[in-house]
Amino acid sequence: MSKNTVSNRFRTVDVDEYDENKFVDEEDGGENQLGPDEAEVDSLIRQGNLMEALQAVLKNPPINTKNQNVKDCAEGLVLKVLSAFKSSDVDKGVQSLDKNGVDLLMKYIYKGFETPSDNSSAVLLQWHEKALSAGGLGCIVRVLTARKTV
Amino acid sequence: MSLHQFLLEPITCHAWNRDRTQIAISPNNHEVHIYQKSGNQWVKSHELKEHNGHITGIDWAPKSDRIVTCGADRNAYVWSLKDGVWKPTLVILRINRAATFVKWSPLENKFAVGSGARLISVCYFESDNDWWVSKHIKKPIRSTVLSLDWHPNNVLLAAGSCDFKCRVFSAYIKEVEEKPGPTVWGSKMPFGEVLFESGPSGVSGGAGDGAGGGWVHGVCFSHSGNRLAWTSHDSTVAIAEGGKTSTISSLSSETLPLLCVSFITENSLVAAGHDCYPVLFVYDGTKGSVTFGGKLDVPKQTSQRGISARERFQNLDRRATSSETTEQGLESLHKNSISQISVLEGGKSKCSTFCTTGMDGGMVTWDVKVHTHTTHYTHTQSDTLLYHWDGRRNGHMGRQGTHTTHYTTHTHSLTRYCTTGMDGGMVTWDVKVHTHTLHTLHTHTV
Repeated sequence: MSKNTVSNRFRTVDVDEYDENKFVDEEDGGENQLGPDEAEVDSLIRQGNLMEALQAVLKNPPINTKNQNVKDCAEGLVLKVLSAFKSSDVDKGVQSLDKNGVDLLMKYIYKGFETPSDNSSAVLLQWHEKALSAGGLGCIVRVLTARKTV
Repeated sequence: MSLHQFLLEPITCHAWNRDRTQIAISPNNHEVHIYQKSGNQWVKSHELKEHNGHITGIDWAPKSDRIVTCGADRNAYVWSLKDGVWKPTLVILRINRAATFVKWSPLENKFAVGSGARLISVCYFESDNDWWVSKHIKKPIRSTVLSLDWHPNNVLLAAGSCDFKCRVFSAYIKEVEEKPGPTVWGSKMPFGEVLFESGPSGVSGGAGDGAGGGWVHGVCFSHSGNRLAWTSHDSTVAIAEGGKTSTISSLSSETLPLLCVSFITENSLVAAGHDCYPVLFVYDGTKGSVTFGGKLDVPKQTSQRGISARERFQNLDRRATSSETTEQGLESLHKNSISQISVLEGGKSKCSTFCTTGMDGGMVTWDVKVHTHTTHYTHTQSDTLLYHWDGRRNGHMGRQGTHTTHYTTHTHSLTRYCTTGMDGGMVTWDVKVHTHTLHTLHTHTV
């Protein structure tokens, strides 16, 4: 047998990249999205104004940007705000959001689930329960079907 | 409403004949079974076996009494009844992937087939050669076409596809028809022209939305053809009005994705999907908003009986709550996802009955009483519809004790009733009770 058959390099070729019918998402210019304003959110947390902090941290979500740092930063910030809430206030916090806000919150919650740290999962689960009762199953479906997410 | 359980296999698709005495269904295999209504029973009268692959779409032309079927074997057949036997005629679609959906045009001189080959095949009959010819609409579809609907002018075709968009194409075939007049969707309509394309998710504004969207499962033109509704896999339902560019109103619903949708009046639509019950949506043209109108499946209220201590612990063990509801399964009539809705009577402008079939093999016919009137009691809408009160103790989707707003209908024999709920509120409702209903509406206890 010829020795050429030993080479397995062809197995690492991604054939889908060469498919001319490959579906490519539309590129939305997301270079300007910087995520929520860190200074503003920090100051609101320190003041104890958690409702405002929640609204502020859900502004400017870095959905379209390809910069992973911005996304990680935003996620950390959101987690900070969510942990700062008292358990009894979580419900009020969710009620203060509109439909799009609840969808966005759910996206952050699932993003947070992906990288659990010490106490984050417990906090996120609390928020998840309240967000689910406000947004319903449709909210979770939208997290699953979103092409571009936080 | 009445449920008929045809079989245990999913009904992939169904079609009714003109006087609604016969139904053609496909029991998730290569065949079409035609059932004839005799009294209260359905008797199988014909079996259409020609396809080599699963049948994905059936449509029955009411006037010319022809059935067109399409399947995963990349073929479509047009069936005609001759001497009590259905004879097939092969249609060469020239697609290299499965067909997914088929629909006769309003005048029944052509039909459109959606396919996984990222194109729509519009077929018409060429009498010189005595066979069906197909023309393709390819651009700019980038993925499987899931659903189609014709505009009443027989030329425009709406298509929902897996590339997250809903589009309106022109399917004008000069060999079989005259040049169409202008419509709200446009005036120049050469074959294959895109007259409308929905945005990524069709949402007007909103933080973070506009990116994403989901596969468009169902599309439907309204009776006049001026409005187009579609449901998408990201649990949204959207309506666009032709002419007003980028006026897309959409509603992110709280339910699981809806698979099929149909207009029942010019302002309201009924949709159903993975949640196994049909829901009503109401569209307000002046405000450009879509609102949830209510669920149309009021389950029988089980009698409130005390729950024994043993059952309480059993519930705790099984479901982690000691709640009293002994839900054996779904309370809706359908026990699995609903895949298709068809209007039975009244057309899309004043539908009075519609039918749903689903993956549980059942077919349910639903009655709707729709009236337009000008006086209003609780809302400022001029078009009002029947609503159903969800008698379940849990209320809607987690909103404990809140009442959803509904639009009420009034007829001569109107009844009023009052509900008091766990939120301490009291609301008076004007209700029209169904003639065929098996369920009665209950009041909560305060």
